[in-house]
Amino acid sequence: MAGLRSEGARDELPRDEGSRRLAGAPSRARGASPIDTEKVREDFPVLSRELPGGRPLVYLDSGNSSQKPFQVIDTMREHLARHYGNVGRAMHVLGSESTEAYEAARDKVAAFIGAPSRDEVIFTKNASEALNLVAYSFGNPAADDPRFRLGPGDEIVISEMEHHSNIVPWQMLVQRTGATLKWFGVTDEGRLDLADGVITERTKIVSIAHQSNVLGTVNPVAEVVALARRAGALVMLDASQSVPHHPVNVAELGADFIAFTGHKMVGPSGIGVLWGRRELLEAMPPFLGGGEMIEAVWMDHSTYAPVPHKFEAGTPPIVEAIGLGAAVDYLNGVGMEAVEAHERALTAYALEALKEVPSLRIIGPQSPEGRGATLSFTLEGIHPHDVGQILDDRFGIAVRVGHHCARPLHLRFGIPATTRASLYLYNTTGEIDALVRGLHHVQKVFA
Amino acid sequence: MITDSMYQELILEHYKHPQGKGLREPYDAEVHHVNPTCGDEITLRVKVGEGGKVEDVSYEGQGCSISQAAASVLHELATGSTVEETLAVVEEFTRLMQGRGQVQPNEDVLGDAVAFAGVAKFPARVKCALLSWMAYKDAVVRSVGA
Repeated sequence: MAGLRSEGARDELPRDEGSRRLAGAPSRARGASPIDTEKVREDFPVLSRELPGGRPLVYLDSGNSSQKPFQVIDTMREHLARHYGNVGRAMHVLGSESTEAYEAARDKVAAFIGAPSRDEVIFTKNASEALNLVAYSFGNPAADDPRFRLGPGDEIVISEMEHHSNIVPWQMLVQRTGATLKWFGVTDEGRLDLADGVITERTKIVSIAHQSNVLGTVNPVAEVVALARRAGALVMLDASQSVPHHPVNVAELGADFIAFTGHKMVGPSGIGVLWGRRELLEAMPPFLGGGEMIEAVWMDHSTYAPVPHKFEAGTPPIVEAIGLGAAVDYLNGVGMEAVEAHERALTAYALEALKEVPSLRIIGPQSPEGRGATLSFTLEGIHPHDVGQILDDRFGIAVRVGHHCARPLHLRFGIPATTRASLYLYNTTGEIDALVRGLHHVQKVFA
Repeated sequence: MITDSMYQELILEHYKHPQGKGLREPYDAEVHHVNPTCGDEITLRVKVGEGGKVEDVSYEGQGCSISQAAASVLHELATGSTVEETLAVVEEFTRLMQGRGQVQPNEDVLGDAVAFAGVAKFPARVKCALLSWMAYKDAVVRSVGA
């Protein structure tokens, strides 16, 4: 890839002339990362672009959406340019090439998450759709399986640290059915508070984040599953923030459903995944009706295709699914253990580094154990929108500011918003240093 | 850098030392406006006296420097003027904010509010600057109507 610059460009970041160099920075422990970040960064064309004014890009917003390697970009371009046809129905060369690539992507995703069967991988347009699909399976008169019957007196359990996409579909479900929504609280340290009495024998499903998109907290899935099993409830995990960053094996997790999305795992947007245990997926009613989800149609009724196609009505996001397959190949090439270890080292480094910023308060676990590389914080007296604006505009540092689609969690901590840096396999300790320098400058502006 | 033109000294001063902040009695109308995308909010009260003169604009709220400073500047500009005069300022301020940085502001009308001209180049932040001004417009219509 000619014209790409290495991460060394970071050293040329504009420094605020007036701010002191951080005395501790050069000697800060760098931890052991198994990833050759310089090499990885060469795969992501956008990381070497310059922003207006000659600023290099410091991309710390992967929890929002990740950047894409050329392997994904080229796979999608190649498919569009040379193979594209509709899947599952076209009887010509292009159609069969597209179908083959689309279904191969399903195989890759299934292997990536350790799914016992490829048919348990449903392509959706994003994680939200996957969560809604499961929510709409409950209390639906078209389903006769007692596990999906839901009405007044039945309960659904979520948590206070959920993304809106794992709150709102369940609120809508209880509005439709008269069931009750309950939730686990969050401790001051940002851990799930697994209080007694939240899950009861009336609980039909427990749906929680595997890893919080704000706190970074990795939740104790085994404990939650054990509590749910005792009550006879199903378990769903919003794995949007875990599958991209850790080795995830659904058989070992023990949950019944997981949802995640392509764009947070170096793949394209417009493609998400629902994994579910086959026997449950077969018991569930279809979600959307339409082309290719049927077996046979009469004017007054239809029969449905077997899973996974029962849940994939209409022409799916074909090239996006193929792009997700390429993303899985890419992550496998680096190795998910390596990605996880790299992020653990970066998180330890970042937690230390951020301590140097006066009045900075981390919202979430303060130590790298049991958490991922998502760091949300507040600066006393400075609104996150001002923090984000100055970081971006002056230093090219992209963070997310606001409530990150987790407003109840922010209410829990009594704050309207946070600034969030979320790291990935291509981030470096140098970029964390840049963030710390940027935050010192922000404080100077508002001093 | 662009933000240097957005975070004018005057804006930072108003943010650090907000003028007229706090809810006061008496008042004719109280409104509560929120910006759902970023969570900024303001509660604003208006008292209109004899001859359509704005006697007080009091407010309480939370948000970024732009939204808080805009409320402070609004308080200074509106208090003591007539309703008619203040609505002309609101109109000019709105025109400036929605002008995508292409509008030449009328300084005679805007006074200190001209410092927000740089904000107009940031579509995401225009709502912050307008929050209190829209709340004021809403409140003043209600007080005059009352």
